[in-house]
Amino acid sequence: MEKSLNMKKIVSNNAIIILIVLLAILTGCTTQNFFTVTNFKNLVVNVSPRFIIACGVSGCLITKGTDLSAGRAVGLAACLSAMMLQSLDYSARMLPWMPDIPWPVALIVVMAIMGCFGGVNGVVISVLKVPPFIATLGMQTIIYGLCSLITNNQPMGGYKPSYLTVASGSLGPIPYLMLFAVVIGIYFWFLYNKTRHGKYMYAIGGNENAAQVAGVNVRGSLIRIYILAGCMYALAGFLVGAKAGGASTATGNGYELEAIAACTIGGVSANGGVGKVGGILIGVLVFEILKICLQFLGVDPAYTYIAQGLVIVIAVALDLRKYLQKK
Amino acid sequence: MSEYRLEMHNVVKTFPGVKALDGAQLNLRPGTVHALMGENGAGKSTLMKCMFGIYHMDEGEVIYEGEKVQIKGPLDALNRGIAMVHQELQPIPERSIGENIYVGRYPLKKLGPLTVIDHDKMYEDAARVLEEVHLNFDPKAKLGSLSVSQMQLVEIAKAVSADCKVLILDEPTSSLTAAEVEALFTIINELRSKGVSIVYISHKMDEILRISDEVTIMRDGQYIGTWSAKGLTTDFIITKMVGRELSELYPVRENVPGEVVFEVEDFTSINPKSFRHVTFQLKKGEILGVAGLVGAQRTELMEGLFGLRNHTDGRITYKGQEIKIAQPKDAINSGIAMLTEDRRATGILGVLSIADNVSIASLNQYLIGGFMLDDGKIEKLVQENVAKLSIKTPSSKTQIQSLSGGNQQKVLISRWLANSPDVFIMDEPTRGIDVGAKYEIYCIIAEMAKQGKSIIMISSEMSELIGMSDRIMVMCDGRVTGFIDGKEANQENIMALATQFE
Repeated sequence: MEKSLNMKKIVSNNAIIILIVLLAILTGCTTQNFFTVTNFKNLVVNVSPRFIIACGVSGCLITKGTDLSAGRAVGLAACLSAMMLQSLDYSARMLPWMPDIPWPVALIVVMAIMGCFGGVNGVVISVLKVPPFIATLGMQTIIYGLCSLITNNQPMGGYKPSYLTVASGSLGPIPYLMLFAVVIGIYFWFLYNKTRHGKYMYAIGGNENAAQVAGVNVRGSLIRIYILAGCMYALAGFLVGAKAGGASTATGNGYELEAIAACTIGGVSANGGVGKVGGILIGVLVFEILKICLQFLGVDPAYTYIAQGLVIVIAVALDLRKYLQKK
Repeated sequence: MSEYRLEMHNVVKTFPGVKALDGAQLNLRPGTVHALMGENGAGKSTLMKCMFGIYHMDEGEVIYEGEKVQIKGPLDALNRGIAMVHQELQPIPERSIGENIYVGRYPLKKLGPLTVIDHDKMYEDAARVLEEVHLNFDPKAKLGSLSVSQMQLVEIAKAVSADCKVLILDEPTSSLTAAEVEALFTIINELRSKGVSIVYISHKMDEILRISDEVTIMRDGQYIGTWSAKGLTTDFIITKMVGRELSELYPVRENVPGEVVFEVEDFTSINPKSFRHVTFQLKKGEILGVAGLVGAQRTELMEGLFGLRNHTDGRITYKGQEIKIAQPKDAINSGIAMLTEDRRATGILGVLSIADNVSIASLNQYLIGGFMLDDGKIEKLVQENVAKLSIKTPSSKTQIQSLSGGNQQKVLISRWLANSPDVFIMDEPTRGIDVGAKYEIYCIIAEMAKQGKSIIMISSEMSELIGMSDRIMVMCDGRVTGFIDGKEANQENIMALATQFE
């Protein structure tokens, strides 16, 4: 009796994940080339940047905030990377005066710049007390405007081979992109579980007023969370650009919603204070597997969007139901 | 028809982890004031919420005007003529008084094909019921422009407007001044003579003995008995409420107050209506009680001292050195701890584990290499505290919100003890905690004082203040109006200072 109840609970708490796994099995059985190394690699390189974005936004969500500027920040980061890393012999260079710089330097510069945008978000939210939804909505629009301005709305390409290798290369069978994601995953796991910053983050999400009474520097923590988020968008944008071999103002459009949805599917609660890195990874995987499955099944992309939307709403409804039951 | 208007029999109500009501009952006669008494957590409010349909009881029955009924919700209760004025007001301050009175049951009218709210009728009716409770306000004024006590009267007007036959008043006088209490009693007497049955919940003995006809006492969710109010004494009621003799309520204290460690001089809020020119001293190993009516600004003062509220003037001296406190962190670093009044709002981190809740204020002590937390050390700290304060929890990973109020409070006390504070401010440390756990908290407080910690304890329970304090500081309307030695303190001399309005 006890066991069957537990089974029921496990099924209802993980309904979405179980559905997706079933969908994947179904797709694998009815189509060809689904369970192949190529397809698996394809999944991994798609998941990696999205997982990094989701890690960035997870801190905002755990502290009962959000970050709608994530997608546009990824786009700006991709464009900034492009401007710095175009081949010297490419005829249509955006910045003809830009010297040849190694990609790690460009990455650090982009992370610093996007970290500043994140810092502004953090200050607006924690000091000016603007609701995160509104603050980051504003930032989303501002970043898009800036991006259009600096790129003249021109798409960019002609990257240096070394930059392209960041996305296309692999260490043995493991794509570099996956290595980036693994390092970030371990970093966030450590940060969330083994440091004061992580504990303070969960405390703020659990009860901001109580955290303040307990001596937590709420402002400082929130600002750090949004700065870190900005840095993650920068890294993701850098990787997305390398993977696509080009960037434009449209890069990263809508990524924030995917990331927020993935976090929620992975158990980062919309009520704050709850969320694990492993869960975020599962959330991103669920979303990407859904996309690939529908692609393989030959479903019209329009329906794919509808399915994604449904998954988001159902996931949040199921998440909130867990809390309603407790009352 | 029976002699009672409303009867509740054998009511059982269980919440996760607690049996809030266990065989409770209540019999209300028409045209009487029936006092419902019991300690905090005895189940008075829960029973009333069952009557009013906010909670659904697990077992038991309600017989209303001779008929067995099932009250589905507050609206159903109101339609049947049962109204309730809640202990915690639920006002909508940005809307008008009239709208607050009629929210959810607005008078309607037809406007062509549409049904719209009849504002004219609403405000006319509102003006009439306001008059009935002797309130001279424009029903179109924003509710937020009234004082807390006036809002309370608006709540009563709301109940009156429903033409109720049963009116539940849950601690209606807790925020009223003496004059306002008199006004309320006049209204209650008028309602009684109209035949309304009134359930009156209060902790104030003198009020109970004055206004009520019958008294029902509850303890730990159980029905203890009903007596005619005539001839009852305070001692009798308290003994019945507590279930043991008064002398066993508080532990024997062995603390010896020593030299002055903490001094506050001329401490004044930036809000002119809040605390001002507060000066007091606190000795090592002393328990300083802080008494006052609701609105005396005791909590505000303590939150000011802890850096949660801003102050303009004043000096805080700690062990001979002046300290500056701008935020809680400063106070904590100086060795001050504070248990806040509202455990749920500003105390517990609900969805987090016991371990996280205990360690959050002292994480700096468990670092390896300056940045990595030592989980083993934290677990050891938690286990020590669980044992020392006998916290009842399945494991250190349990979410704190699933514990009972008393155990939550002990977790919060552990959180602060981990910092070994010298000054411990406790704001209503036993609010909403059952009798047994209360005694344990008293023992913890007494033990801390014995170890030389200085304790400031705000309490609204007179007997608790008198039973636990070495000295009592009394406040009224933001000012300190006097100090009374714990041995000489009694209800009368505390109330005299607590009502010393300017």
